[in-house]
Amino acid sequence: MGTALTVDVRGVSKSFGHGRNAVQVLNDVSVKIAEREFFTLLGPSGCGKTTLLRLIAGFEDVDRGDIFIAGQRVNDQPPFRRNVNTVFQSYALFPHLTVQQNAAFGLRMKDLPREEIKRRANEALEMVRMSALANRRPSELSGGQQQRVALARALAPRPQVLLLDEPLSALDLKLRKEMQIELKQLQNQAGITFIFVTHDQEEALGLSDRIGVMNDGVIMQVGKPIDIYERPTHRFVANFIGDINLLEAKVSNGKALLKSGHLVECDVSAHSPSSSVSLAIRPERARIVKETDTEANFAGIVDHFAYMGTALVYQIRLLEGTKFLLRETTANGAGQFAQVGSRVGIKVAPEAIRVLRD
Amino acid sequence: MLEQHSSSQATRNLLLVAPAIVVLVLLVVIPLGIMAYVSLLARGEGSGVNWSSNISGAAYLSFFVEEDFDGSLVPNYSYLLSFLRSIAQAIFTTAICILLGVPMAMWMAGLDTKWRSLMVLVVTIPFWTSLLIRNYAWLIILRQDGWAQEFVNAILPAEWKVSLLYNDFAVAVGLAYSFLPFMILPVFSTLEKFDWRLLEAAYDLGANKWRAIRNVVLPISMPGIVAGSLLVFIPSLGSFITPALLGGGKTLMIGNLIYLQFTSSRNWPFGAALSIILLGLMFVCIAVLALRQKRNAAVSGRKRAK
Repeated sequence: MGTALTVDVRGVSKSFGHGRNAVQVLNDVSVKIAEREFFTLLGPSGCGKTTLLRLIAGFEDVDRGDIFIAGQRVNDQPPFRRNVNTVFQSYALFPHLTVQQNAAFGLRMKDLPREEIKRRANEALEMVRMSALANRRPSELSGGQQQRVALARALAPRPQVLLLDEPLSALDLKLRKEMQIELKQLQNQAGITFIFVTHDQEEALGLSDRIGVMNDGVIMQVGKPIDIYERPTHRFVANFIGDINLLEAKVSNGKALLKSGHLVECDVSAHSPSSSVSLAIRPERARIVKETDTEANFAGIVDHFAYMGTALVYQIRLLEGTKFLLRETTANGAGQFAQVGSRVGIKVAPEAIRVLRD
Repeated sequence: MLEQHSSSQATRNLLLVAPAIVVLVLLVVIPLGIMAYVSLLARGEGSGVNWSSNISGAAYLSFFVEEDFDGSLVPNYSYLLSFLRSIAQAIFTTAICILLGVPMAMWMAGLDTKWRSLMVLVVTIPFWTSLLIRNYAWLIILRQDGWAQEFVNAILPAEWKVSLLYNDFAVAVGLAYSFLPFMILPVFSTLEKFDWRLLEAAYDLGANKWRAIRNVVLPISMPGIVAGSLLVFIPSLGSFITPALLGGGKTLMIGNLIYLQFTSSRNWPFGAALSIILLGLMFVCIAVLALRQKRNAAVSGRKRAK
């Protein structure tokens, strides 16, 4: 990953509609995306991620703020002047053109010499392994094939940034997994910045160099997948990505006091004494122990238990009534199942607990 | 068992299409048959046709040649010329309709649904009045010393005094006005289903507005333009009210020529022959387009089957 910036979004706001019906979609969003970075905008539908992408592409104008691409302010540049290409969610392939002509479209618009257009369009098709179907029309292709053509079409003009608007959402699970790997390889091969929009957290974690988690028109947290998953800064981020248990607690003597009266050891240094916090604990970071075990941090009753093959999943009702999800790996053998209805202790290492402000 | 089933199915299908067949036979096949028969007869003394004359192609021959004073046959280009003039006039009219109608249809397709349906209504309003009245309206607008003419002459240099009425221009205006909806509506209906994200994709790939229209919108609206051109070209070719009124009857179009054969000239066989020739011409136009479309469909169908 280079250190030079390709896309720099500074304090961008955007509303749709007028007067009383105006809806603010983006609120003072800033984000810096580096050269050759695979950056993902992750969030639920309606969080503004697609709007941010469309602002970068130039399909919408910003209300406030600036967008820079490769150091140049592009606010007033129409989409056809920006060195940015988009892979649309619906692919938006030209139905009247063949696969080859689709891939060549961007090059034709650049008025390149005929041989160069042909060569580079074929190169792009080769990159996505679609050369064999170059003379077909989009209507004669499967969803996965159309996806590849859309990628080739967007990559052929060699943009500085490739914008991908939920490109995999229309594919079935198996194909989606394959395409995820291919996308990553393509990005390495093409050596350009990818800005990828998705609501699929697994996809985001697996593909990205960095993720920007969005909600309600703001970017809540930007970081590497491991930071986003292990060290979420907001309840929303913790909740949105993966399964998580959020326990209400109060800061007390450098520890966290649960409602049930248990004192839990964890890092509360960032929080003032006796303030209300949430303890975020991933299901796979907690262990079941005997209730009497001195290592147990708190206790509960097993409500439900499921054997999932690679994991044992417990749903435990804590003493104060909160439900707690716990996942134990079966990698070291299935071990002993705690019986439904039995009382168990739960052990969590202090570093596995993330303390969030309420 | 299966055979019985399929044969009863065939009978039922035949019954279902029977009304359409009856209408077609009564209103198309029989009248056309009579006309084709008349075109092979000779003209009568008092009436337009001699029903008891021998069958001959004389009427068709007289389209190309005429009998000289000494009885020898010399080529006569005047009818052929009026055909060519009509074709040129119809092409000109179609071109005007394409130039005005296609941008109009594109604009309409881009409107909100509410405004769209209103515009479709507005476009069809001229059909609510009779063709004759519409032509008379143009007669008044373009008339000698009318405001349109004065306006044009005020703009043009003094030595270019023009008259707007009773010329090919007036005929083209009248025809284009009459048939413009036939161009707008098919193009509009092709573009109604247009996926506007394709336009965004074109912008994204570096096409400005004009190039996006030329490379994406226009090719996709082509089936509509072709259909519209046929719908404008064919009635323009056979029109006779507009050339008679706005053209001042100075130049003879096919329609007027045919009209004359059945009225003042009282030469029904020749009129019928002209009609059959015109029909053949139109049939060729449609057949060429239909074949082209079928070939396109066959190409993509074959690929899909792979």
